[in-house]
Amino acid sequence: MALIEARGLTKEFRIFRRREGVMGAFRDLFQRDYTTLRAVDGIDFVVAEGEMVGYIGANGAGKSTTIKMLTGILVPTAGSVNVNGFIPYKEREKYTRGIGVVFGQRSQLWWDIAVIESFKLLRRIYNVSQEEFKARLKKFDDILEFGSFLHLPVRKLSLGQRMRCDLTAALLHNPAILFLDEPTIGLDVLGKAKIREFLKEINSESKTTVILTTHDLGDIEALCPRVAIIDKGKMLYDGSVDNLYAQWGHDKMEDIVKKIYEGCKPEQYCMIENWGDTHA
Amino acid sequence: MPDHDLPGRSRPVGFGNRFLLYLELVRMEFVNNLAYRSSYFTGIFNYTIQIGAYFFLWDAIYSGRRAIGGLNKEEMITYVIVAWVARSFYFSNLDRRVAVEIRDGKIALELIRPYSYQMVKYARASGEAFFRILFFAVPAGTVIYFIRPFGLPPDWQAGLLFLLAVIGGFVINSQISMIAGFCAFFTQSTSGIFRAKRVVMDLFSGLLLPISFYPGWARDIIKLFPFQTVSYMPNLIYLGKITGGAVLKVILLQLFWVAFLGLVSVLFWRFAVKHVVIQGG
Repeated sequence: MALIEARGLTKEFRIFRRREGVMGAFRDLFQRDYTTLRAVDGIDFVVAEGEMVGYIGANGAGKSTTIKMLTGILVPTAGSVNVNGFIPYKEREKYTRGIGVVFGQRSQLWWDIAVIESFKLLRRIYNVSQEEFKARLKKFDDILEFGSFLHLPVRKLSLGQRMRCDLTAALLHNPAILFLDEPTIGLDVLGKAKIREFLKEINSESKTTVILTTHDLGDIEALCPRVAIIDKGKMLYDGSVDNLYAQWGHDKMEDIVKKIYEGCKPEQYCMIENWGDTHA
Repeated sequence: MPDHDLPGRSRPVGFGNRFLLYLELVRMEFVNNLAYRSSYFTGIFNYTIQIGAYFFLWDAIYSGRRAIGGLNKEEMITYVIVAWVARSFYFSNLDRRVAVEIRDGKIALELIRPYSYQMVKYARASGEAFFRILFFAVPAGTVIYFIRPFGLPPDWQAGLLFLLAVIGGFVINSQISMIAGFCAFFTQSTSGIFRAKRVVMDLFSGLLLPISFYPGWARDIIKLFPFQTVSYMPNLIYLGKITGGAVLKVILLQLFWVAFLGLVSVLFWRFAVKHVVIQGG
């Protein structure tokens, strides 16, 4: 049975377009000009238990919006979504017990208090027993090595240290699914390597399903046998990384992805020269 | 492998555990506030000056008169002091905090948690309120008492019932703040709403002026809203102007408003979350 099953998933945003100038602002008071933006446009996305899927796309392609619908933060405009046996936005309190989420751009830890205090509070929130809590903390510490700054407030941590703590925070309750929205953003090479190693370990040992968005294709190459590519809200490719290479020849992954973002489809073979012409 | 070692099988949370979580949040907020205790000392100073200004104002208004709106001068001064000291306890920045979380998109991190956002916010507000009562309201009351002694409740029962009513006022004030904060879901500029809320609260709760000072038609309108149960009614209990069965009526009225506002904020929350747009990221 699929752990994540989304069919025809769509999210539209209404955007209020402000008119220019003083007269425009005055007119806005009485009549607002809305345009509809389709951030995610009827995508199908099915993930089995234990998979590790990379979800990539250019800025504004709809990655984060998809993740927010899968995690129950946003309500889809159309389509169906079922994750871990729940409709995320409907049964939020039950559903979120089984997932972990990391937003690379925001910390979920309390800013002013020691990291360990945040962990303890999360232990309470998810009702994790004391033994499990200690065991997991120790296991995670073996790879992520956060022991030395566990007693510092989050605001004093470096980005790399913070991210390691955020990952721990998302996994303390041993969720079935881990959603990562750009977990390696802004990290140095060593920091990235550590996080990749950790994710691999979690995926193989606890069978945690991982969905990961990233702009760093190194993350995909290191972690994900399967990749989904989205652009302008539409799913352009969803399949194995191996197949991607097979279809496009043995280019570097970065080049393949560039071409896909440029609008080339795997079926219509795009010449590398063509691509070079328009972007020389 | 024990069952709970499988991913996603964390144990369900019973009522007791949920209560412990909220208690933990109360404690954490209390400890958090300890870090900012010096700012409360300036607060005590500000309140003393504020109350001082009202003292002279009412002193002038009462010159030559025995009673206005059912209160004599001494009762009026006690009323003002008690109203402001109580406010130092029940006042909170809940509206601003909620609005900031919504505007910055931090609300996303709250929506992925298996708890009730509102209950968490109320728990933290309670932690702050406990702190305020110990480090703000009680010291401010004591300082003012030494500068200008004011009347005490007629008996200890009245004092106790006053405390109970003020706690009710705290809950109602927090609920109103929460609903005001939720307006941030629909508008970027909440400062106007908050300013309006503050003026309405100060005037209609009886903080600036006892409700008995208003003309009859205004009193009839104020009766339709929960505001006067926050300050005016508790203060009258303190002064011994509301006694016996009437106190029970006040408490019941507060319970009614707690239930009503609770329902409104739950419905508002459900509606708003469906239309939520997370800013940034």
